[in-house]
Amino acid sequence: MTSPIPAIEVRHLTKRFGNFTALDDISFDLWPGETVGLLGPNGAGKTTTIQLLLNVMTPTSGSIRIFGLDLQRHRKTVLKHVNFSSTYISMPFSLTVEENLRVIAKLYGLSDVSRKIDDVIKKLEMADIRHKLTRKLSSGQMTRLTLAKAVMTDPKILLLDEPTASLDPDIAHKIKAFLKEYRNTAGLSMLYTSHNMREMEEMSDRIIFLQRGRIVAQGTVEEIVRQYGQRDLEAVFLKLAREQD
Amino acid sequence: MSLARINALLVRHLYLYRRSVPRFLEIFYWPLLDLVVWGFITLYLAQQGQALHGVVTFFLGALILWDVLFRAQQGITISFLEEIWARNLMNLFASPLTAGEFLTATMALSVLKVSMVSLVMVIAAFVFYSYNVFLLGLSLIPFVLNLIATGWIIGILTTSIIMRFGQQAEVLAWGMVFLFQPISCVFYPLAVLPPWLQPLAWANPAAHVFEGMRAILLEGQVPFLHLGWATGLNAFYLLLMILLFHYTFAVCKDRGLLVRVGE
Repeated sequence: MTSPIPAIEVRHLTKRFGNFTALDDISFDLWPGETVGLLGPNGAGKTTTIQLLLNVMTPTSGSIRIFGLDLQRHRKTVLKHVNFSSTYISMPFSLTVEENLRVIAKLYGLSDVSRKIDDVIKKLEMADIRHKLTRKLSSGQMTRLTLAKAVMTDPKILLLDEPTASLDPDIAHKIKAFLKEYRNTAGLSMLYTSHNMREMEEMSDRIIFLQRGRIVAQGTVEEIVRQYGQRDLEAVFLKLAREQD
Repeated sequence: MSLARINALLVRHLYLYRRSVPRFLEIFYWPLLDLVVWGFITLYLAQQGQALHGVVTFFLGALILWDVLFRAQQGITISFLEEIWARNLMNLFASPLTAGEFLTATMALSVLKVSMVSLVMVIAAFVFYSYNVFLLGLSLIPFVLNLIATGWIIGILTTSIIMRFGQQAEVLAWGMVFLFQPISCVFYPLAVLPPWLQPLAWANPAAHVFEGMRAILLEGQVPFLHLGWATGLNAFYLLLMILLFHYTFAVCKDRGLLVRVGE
């Protein structure tokens, strides 16, 4: 938060699909080393925001700058420093865990690939599944693989779309512990979505609350809870989500 | 254009084929089956009519060359479908990989596939029917390269349609190329087509290749006119299809279809 240049600088970002507005003129910053939780009910625009930040979707209007560089114009340079993990994506089923990591390493132009793979496999305790076919992984193992592919590239920005959804509490706890430790050691910026309010409180320095494609609140958990006069983030979520209904 | 990223995609597909017996067999099964059936038909025709001079060369040569085009098309389209089936497009296009690099990698893959299939078919034709495709001479090489380019053109067209319309268009991966077969004049001269269809055939680079192949067999001379037309048309269509692919890619990114194409 001391750097004069935000890791992510979003200005007046709008995404429309025909008559439907998925994101409506949102602006926010994500500072180096900061974790921001993107919160909102289904259809609020969280995943759309992440897809726009990954440049797999183009905005209708507005701008995205990553470390000061315009994402559209400097896509290749910028995306080397950004990675993501999501419960909703997969990796080629017919490749082993190691083969998938090797392909990703080549895609991002990493050097010393074998050492990087060894490191990430050790960090995420994946030695037992290293040579396992991806199609045979459990959902917890799959989450670890998508996380491994994301952190292996040494990103400066990590976008996490419900990284612990559908995981049992034990594995979810391990994933969160890994992310917290990794964030502190690597000093990366994270944008995090989840429907688990406790997780959001635990992981996020700041919350951005989206509703119907607009930012309706942003600040620390305490600020948002105070602003809405509720007892915790979950109560704020319920209040805002029900207003939408 | 990064060779390392193109290589990454090649490695990804080589891992896939190395392990998948059905995929590996698929490359050889249909071409060999085609060769067996058409081989017997041509042998039968050769026995029946003395007038059909060089019928084996005509049919088996045409069959092998058609397969070059078909496999070149499949190399591109199936590679794209593999990414859809694996729900891997987001991983790829959220990386520094560009659409152009993706396309180049699928083209390289198609050349690999064509090489493997052609090798098997050439050997099988020689073993089973004592047919040597190289009787067509060195002039065969530029014609084969033209067929690969035509395969790419149809492959990129098909891939663009699948990318835009999703899995409902998947069937085109196997069917689209056969739409071009009647006007490619693979097994018959262009002159047998009805007059209204002939201009369409002349606009098809593959028809020039097969007309050229027949001219080599009948006259023993390289038909440079056909070669020139095939090359010129291929260059024009290839440029057009590359533009179409990039346009479709941009449309899909705008409509959010790129990450939903497999859903």
